[in-house]
Amino acid sequence: MPLPGPVGLYDPQNEHDACGLGFVVDLKGGPSHRIVDMGLEILRRLAHRGAAGSDPSTGDGAGILVQIPHRYYERVLYHEGKELPLAGDYGVAQCFLSRDDIKRELQMKTLTDIVRYHNQKVIGWRDVPVDIRVVGPVARASMPVMKQLFIARMSDSHAFERTLFMIRKRAGKMCSAKGYGEDFYLPSLSSKTVVYKGLMLPEKLTDFYRDLQADDFQSRLALVHSRFSTNTFPTWERAHPYRRIAHNGEINTLRGNQNWMRARESLLASKLFEEHLPDFKPIIRPDGSDSASLDNVVDFLVAGGRSLPHVMMMLVPEAWATQADMPEHKRAFYEYHASLVEPWDGPAALVFTDGDVIGATLDRNGLRPAKYVVTKSGLVVMSSELGVLTFPPEDILEKGRLAPGKMFLVDVNQRRIVSDDEIKREVATRKPYGEWVAQNKIELAHLPDVPALFSLDREERARLWRAFGYTREDMSVLLAPMAMNGEEPTGSMGTDIALAVLSDRPVTLYRYFKQQFAQVTNPPIDPIREDLVMSLVSCVGGEGNLLEETPGQCRLLELPHPILTNGDLAKLLRSTGDFRAATLPAHFAAAGDPAEALTSALEDLQARASRAVDEGNSILVVSDRGVTAHHVPIPSLLAVAAVHHHLIREGKRVRVGLVAESGDAREVADVALLIGFGAGAVNPYLAFESITEIVQEQPPAAADKPAVDLATATKNYIYALKKGLLKVMSKMGISTIASYHGAQIFEAIGISKAVVDAYFTGTSSPLGGIGIAEIASEARQRHAEGFAPADPNRDLDVGGVYAWRATGERHLWTPSSIASLQKAVRLNDAKSYAEYASLVNDQAERPVTLRGLLDLVPAGAPVPLAEVEEARTIVHRFATGAMSFGSISKEAHENLAVAMNRIGGRSNTGEGGEDEARYLVDSRGDVRRSAIKQVASGRFGVTAHYLVNADELQIKMAQGAKPGEGGQLPGHKVDAVIARVRHSTQGVTLISPPPHHDIYSIEDLAQLIFDLKNVNPRARISVKLVSETGVGTVAAGVAKAHADVILIAGHDGGTGASPLSSIQHAGTSWELGLAEAQQVLLLNDLRSRVTLQVDGQLKTGRDVAFAALFGAEEFGFATAPLVASGCIMMRKCHLNTCPVGIATQDPLLRARFTGTPEHVVNYMFYVAEELRGIMAALGFRTVQEMVGRIECVTRREEIKHPKARSLDFARMLKTPKAGAVLHRTIEQDHGVAHVADRTLIECARPALERGERVTIGFGITNAHRTFGAMLAGEVARRFGAEGLPESCIDIEVTGTAGQSFGAFATNGMSISLEGDANDYVGKGLSGGILSVRPPASSSFVAADNVIVGNTVLYGATSGRAFFAGRAGERFGVRNSGASAVVEGTGDHGCEYMTGGVVLVLGPTGRNFGAGMSGGLAYVLDEDNAFTSRCNLGMVGVEALDSEDEARVRLLIEEHVTRTRSVRGMDLLARWSDVRARFKKVIPTEYKRVLEAQRLAALAAASAGSGGVAGAPAAAAAAVPAARPSETARHLKLVKGR
Amino acid sequence: MADPRGFLKVKRGKSQERPAAERVADYAEFVVEPPEAELRAQASRCMDCGIPFCHQGCPLGNVIPEFNDLVYRGRMADAVRVLHSTNNFPEVTGRICPAPCEASCVLNIDNVPVTIKDVERTIARAAFDDGLGGGLAPVLAPVRTGKNIAVVGSGPAGLATAQQLARAGHDVTVLERDDRLGGLLRYGIPDFKMEKGILDLRIAQMRAEGCSFEVGVDAQGKDLLARFDAVVLCMGARIPRDLPVPGRELEGVCFAMDFLVQQNRRVAGDAALPNGEAPILATGKHVVVIGGGDTGSDCVGTSNRQRAASVSQLELMAKPPLVRMPENPWPSWPLVLRTSSSQEEGCERDFSVMTKAFVADASGKRLAKILAARAELSGGTVREVPGSEFDIPCDLALLAMGFTGAERKGLVAELGLALDARGNVVTDAAGATSVPRVFAAGDVSRGQSLVVWAIADGRRVAAGVDAHLRTSNLRATG
Repeated sequence: MPLPGPVGLYDPQNEHDACGLGFVVDLKGGPSHRIVDMGLEILRRLAHRGAAGSDPSTGDGAGILVQIPHRYYERVLYHEGKELPLAGDYGVAQCFLSRDDIKRELQMKTLTDIVRYHNQKVIGWRDVPVDIRVVGPVARASMPVMKQLFIARMSDSHAFERTLFMIRKRAGKMCSAKGYGEDFYLPSLSSKTVVYKGLMLPEKLTDFYRDLQADDFQSRLALVHSRFSTNTFPTWERAHPYRRIAHNGEINTLRGNQNWMRARESLLASKLFEEHLPDFKPIIRPDGSDSASLDNVVDFLVAGGRSLPHVMMMLVPEAWATQADMPEHKRAFYEYHASLVEPWDGPAALVFTDGDVIGATLDRNGLRPAKYVVTKSGLVVMSSELGVLTFPPEDILEKGRLAPGKMFLVDVNQRRIVSDDEIKREVATRKPYGEWVAQNKIELAHLPDVPALFSLDREERARLWRAFGYTREDMSVLLAPMAMNGEEPTGSMGTDIALAVLSDRPVTLYRYFKQQFAQVTNPPIDPIREDLVMSLVSCVGGEGNLLEETPGQCRLLELPHPILTNGDLAKLLRSTGDFRAATLPAHFAAAGDPAEALTSALEDLQARASRAVDEGNSILVVSDRGVTAHHVPIPSLLAVAAVHHHLIREGKRVRVGLVAESGDAREVADVALLIGFGAGAVNPYLAFESITEIVQEQPPAAADKPAVDLATATKNYIYALKKGLLKVMSKMGISTIASYHGAQIFEAIGISKAVVDAYFTGTSSPLGGIGIAEIASEARQRHAEGFAPADPNRDLDVGGVYAWRATGERHLWTPSSIASLQKAVRLNDAKSYAEYASLVNDQAERPVTLRGLLDLVPAGAPVPLAEVEEARTIVHRFATGAMSFGSISKEAHENLAVAMNRIGGRSNTGEGGEDEARYLVDSRGDVRRSAIKQVASGRFGVTAHYLVNADELQIKMAQGAKPGEGGQLPGHKVDAVIARVRHSTQGVTLISPPPHHDIYSIEDLAQLIFDLKNVNPRARISVKLVSETGVGTVAAGVAKAHADVILIAGHDGGTGASPLSSIQHAGTSWELGLAEAQQVLLLNDLRSRVTLQVDGQLKTGRDVAFAALFGAEEFGFATAPLVASGCIMMRKCHLNTCPVGIATQDPLLRARFTGTPEHVVNYMFYVAEELRGIMAALGFRTVQEMVGRIECVTRREEIKHPKARSLDFARMLKTPKAGAVLHRTIEQDHGVAHVADRTLIECARPALERGERVTIGFGITNAHRTFGAMLAGEVARRFGAEGLPESCIDIEVTGTAGQSFGAFATNGMSISLEGDANDYVGKGLSGGILSVRPPASSSFVAADNVIVGNTVLYGATSGRAFFAGRAGERFGVRNSGASAVVEGTGDHGCEYMTGGVVLVLGPTGRNFGAGMSGGLAYVLDEDNAFTSRCNLGMVGVEALDSEDEARVRLLIEEHVTRTRSVRGMDLLARWSDVRARFKKVIPTEYKRVLEAQRLAALAAASAGSGGVAGAPAAAAAAVPAARPSETARHLKLVKGR
Repeated sequence: MADPRGFLKVKRGKSQERPAAERVADYAEFVVEPPEAELRAQASRCMDCGIPFCHQGCPLGNVIPEFNDLVYRGRMADAVRVLHSTNNFPEVTGRICPAPCEASCVLNIDNVPVTIKDVERTIARAAFDDGLGGGLAPVLAPVRTGKNIAVVGSGPAGLATAQQLARAGHDVTVLERDDRLGGLLRYGIPDFKMEKGILDLRIAQMRAEGCSFEVGVDAQGKDLLARFDAVVLCMGARIPRDLPVPGRELEGVCFAMDFLVQQNRRVAGDAALPNGEAPILATGKHVVVIGGGDTGSDCVGTSNRQRAASVSQLELMAKPPLVRMPENPWPSWPLVLRTSSSQEEGCERDFSVMTKAFVADASGKRLAKILAARAELSGGTVREVPGSEFDIPCDLALLAMGFTGAERKGLVAELGLALDARGNVVTDAAGATSVPRVFAAGDVSRGQSLVVWAIADGRRVAAGVDAHLRTSNLRATG
């Protein structure tokens, strides 16, 4: 059962789950076996959401929770000679026990002893009959012995469940204490429910547990779960359901939640538990997954007396802070509980039960699907997908979906569904939470104003700047844009500076830490467009006993955000009463042994902190104010983390709030780190002082640029920090600062284990590194600078981090290296290349990268160079990076493509689509087509035609420069060609969302891989990840999701514009990520299934050699080929002013591009030749032989750099499995050999071959996924983007469709479905027509029911879709050209839309039109409140003009024709009454552009340039959907008028 | 950054020069500084490159993007501070530096670099405008170390070394052999390129910072070591390369530097030449300058001002191309034909010319013509093209063929300093010579070079001396 411990870079802490789940409950009948069967059927139907590892028969785990099947147990125990009491008067312990006989005996004895200790009676043991033949060999090897213990109730019936809980907790504790806890696990112990689960494929569960097969094994409810773990070692106990919950999603804030829970333990007290409380600690079992940890807390809090819905509401609250329309009582409930516990944040569909109620709730973002069906016969089915149980249409009462933050509850005993409103009102009005909050919570604004305590003169300021390591760049690059414009500083071209631990300069401690981010296993959030779920509200102060509910527990200070101005801090320090604040000075001595001085200062600081808590202070200000010649500031991060962890260890942490008064914090990353390591609020006082100076020194005001005053600048700076913080949080998928607080979403690169363990407990630091002595020395070095004699001519240190400076930070791209590379490729001058290579490679004296510290060891005798694989085959393994046409010029983009095609390598489209003209051979005989087509979150130009013209389809999950973030192409960069290629409108801004809206978890990624493989079965599918700790675990998941290629990108790459804070502070080096991926894939026997590719500042043959030895088979280059093409690292890509014509769309600058394909080809061959030389020396004849030969890498013997010497490469250079295959040898089975589309293609042959019309009928279930996509690919391959004439292939389908129904359907395909469909309907629609209508025999009101799932028409570029019913969240997200009609939508409708038309004939959710920059939406606004649900950030809401009305009417008419929509007919019948109720949503920028186009067309027409030229422009202006086919009808109408 | 699109909006401007006809009539500077608005516009062309090649191009490591931005913003005082943080004498480099920074400016890929030199000169002017009360306010060391240092030579290397060491708190004495301070800056560079008043103000600043100056001193090695804790030799590389061909001894064959120094003395107001030197004057003569470098150009300009009958200039090497050749790509120094302001004023230039002999007139003593031949490069050496001999009429031949290293006599010999093969004093990275407590900076150890290199060396060696003295100090008290 136990997981393997950490091996190499693998760490079990990085495990994640995701999955399918569901429940079924009978409202009318009694317990029945039918319900159990139905639960098992749900499992089978969700099989595609689970996963299997290298052993396909093992699966990641599945399970079922049912009510105690009393009749069955009574019968089987009777046969064993044991008698059971009445139902409810006994409990059943489901036990996983040791396979070792002696241990098991001991475990059993312990359990029975404890039953007696708690004064209950042991009835007896029962062996759970299982069939081990059905589990796979891997699972069998770790299978526990299953037994049940029956316990008779001997005490108060109300307390029995709690007693059983206490028995379970004590049993676990005792077994651990006695040394046999490792393989002791109780899946359940309850008088109400029992859990059957295990490590197997979901469909095998019934075969395995024979109990489940018995007819008298009966329950009124069944809760099931099928697991897809991104983890590498699925175990028996980690199968769901847990005792109270089953979970699909991921808790991003886990580490913080665990820490805080642990911190609260010391304050826990309850009469209910009395002296048994210690048995429960730690509340969260340390080795559990996120779901298991959450279950631990739910379980505990429920046992502590709160109801299950209450507990779910407090742990996973809906977004409340920004919801104006939320009832007061509910807001008060959430606000009160926010003082008790931080949210468990992350994408989550949670189902929960205690046997009396069963329910489900979604996270505030609604990022996992949960759908329900209620039948007239009394069944309620909730699950991840529709169609998991089939009912006759006439039996269906209601179909719906759970909305974000909402709860769906069934009271089993009352036999009814309790609405979200009702249950939440009931819970929220239990106590006068509102009064409690009003009387106790204090807002900062309400404290009396006092003047700031300090003010510095210029000289002191200058001294402090130096003492805190400020550079001129900090002022001009970071602080100035923040203060002057409230902007986050932006840069380009990644980073190539020395890692903090390799720098020669006294780098601030912040720079040793790297932000972690979400990829694959959970989505990042868009903090701008989806700000409704985000919150920066922080509470500072002491907490109380979590098990109690008292008014005083919300006696906290509430801050609107965690940044305190100098004035705010003064207020806080002067406040009295409950909010006594103590200042803890954080300095150490300037003289004496550095380690000793700093260590003792930290001890002193910690001791003072403890004392301050004991003295009743509720706020501790950790302050480095008061620096003198003898007082060196302790780095704030170290001081805060040291106090935080010390107080956690002492059990005092939650009694106080921590505030950092910090001189060294200046940028977003610094503040994020302080909060992540425990500060509740931060006062970056020196940054504020710096702003004073920046304001004084601003350029003289101009008419267009008025001067900024200090108050505004301060506000701007805080605004920029807040915006940055939201971005850092959202990068990890965390919505609230309360959850981010203390969550430690960072890893350290170059910090020793000793320091991490002592002060940053629990943080990953894969390489070890500097100790307290070096930290102290660096602080002293800075301090000494500050107190060195003043020289008026000495300016602040130059920095040189963001731009190269001779005396600044070390870079690899320097004037010399660029000059020699360019000379080499232009003159074909091998000597210059050698110069370049040695400038980059030779880091012996001055290391920059990790590989710079490593050496190569020959594998054997050297081989003659002539015997080494030729360069011309080696270059087939080379690719260029994903740079979009749009971010770089047409000339530069095509240059790379031609070069790579000439040598048989691969270029990459990037995320901007590709001009179809490039698919053809050009006049020079070159192909400008990119072999790799990227599929990114924006889906710009991702059509069926684009997809079939690829050799490789790359799903970009993250990019090195800004993992976890979206992007934006400003309108002024979108010229006519880019607009055409991206299927958007010239001049209109394009936004790429941070997440793929069809990938919120691993099983979603598997779905997208499946989608793409269907469209283009010939292309290999690649998934791009960015290096961070845990990327190996993610890679294993991705391999299980059937990717063919996994690309590990380093943090340092990146050519586009990104926030500087992301370029510098997120992600890690590819050496680490690649090593971890290779190790974890090998450990799981998955390595042979995937090709590993690597990129991120690869520059030379030596780099490639290391990459190969670390496990990569293919290699990507981006910056270097650009430099070969003429890039000189201006790092101005974001300004469109690239002077060498690369990163610009300005025609004048593009004309300056002088790169040729030969330059790039020369570069690639130089790299390959350099590699060949290395191969010969190492004794390798082929690259293949070299892949993964980690034993040929060693730490450089002599490392002169003092800090670098502290690094420990043992984990990185570990060989996890001897004798394993180190590279790809087998093909993935994508499961596309027998999909329904093969039949469709067969049936459509007359159309495909002769253009004849065909009609095809088909029955469908939710297991038929991606229906129509392979046919779409076939049409696109044969007929190009034009496709076939409308409705040439007519497909009629009945049933419940699986995910991605109608994806990428092309011109000429029309698919109509009678039934309903799951998520992603019409994904990437490329001209086809979709319609979905309820079955004719159904009796429910179609318009009130959900007919299609979430994320419908994502990235659609053209076509039409009609849905006679409601849709889920994010309808029409990123639609750029399709027209659609739907009868109601969930939240975030038309998000990021850039084109097309959406007509909503019913209610909409919140945040409609967020980030919508183009296209039109029409909404029937029946309650006249639509505007309040619309996100007016980019769009305006207006009345329809006559043109609009005609268009709407036309759409409704087609809707009625295609779906027989009752709603549509009704509206048409009442047209004169209803027409005025429609609202039109139009993006403001789009409107302006359309207007300008219209005027230009008019002007052109009146200038006599002729109606012919004017007509297309006028048409484009009049009809936003630019694709001709679907707008033909509208055009006709417009012209007719 | 100044203005992201500045380089697209503003064309490269060129500093104004007085018309050739006007300027050859006097010795005043030929450059006219642009008005402030124009200068700011020029500064706005700086792109604040991610890799500022100009910054590497500058031996001093001037942080060019920073001061361009400050000039654009009109923050002259800050620009003065930033510029002085890397460069002691921008008033000099702003006038006479060949500006490798502009050569390597990214905009020079298209031959329109930012006018960095103009910007620098203007910043320096701003510093001088406020004089010792403002931009040149003395930088006083907070603590005096009590260490005595001699700096021998007051050229750019000597002055830079002295200023840096004085600011570090040492007692510095500059010893100058000539009668005025400044070395080559004073006597080597014609006034039309750099008027000498700026030197005096700079030296006044140095005096205020604690430097002492002694002129007309013939320093003796032993004395120096006895009197000072450290000695820094900044005596330049003053031995001119000679042309040992027949007729070299003729009257009318002179070293360029002798010619230039005399004129500088005249402009400085000296009534007579020292030591009864015979005047060398170009007036009315057919002047031939041998050597195509900067010194040669200075001779051309001076000859024109002295109203020579004709001025021509010979270069041994072939005529460089008009545009960069592919094998000489940006950002390396462009090997192209340049025309100096002096050459613009009137000068016949000929390339690939080898001087074979100086031929006397009837008197047999006075130079009348030069016997020359065409030269070609073959196998790494220059050879005469057979049968290509020709005559050049000439009354005054000025040898401007560079310098061959430190003066072997005097201090070098007295102190017993090791020299390298090229005749330069051998030093380590900190400037220490083979003799303890003796350091060397500038041309004396580097060989003939640019003023920026002299200043850069001075700064580097000053740091070395300072470190040396501080270490030895620690030893003394520890």
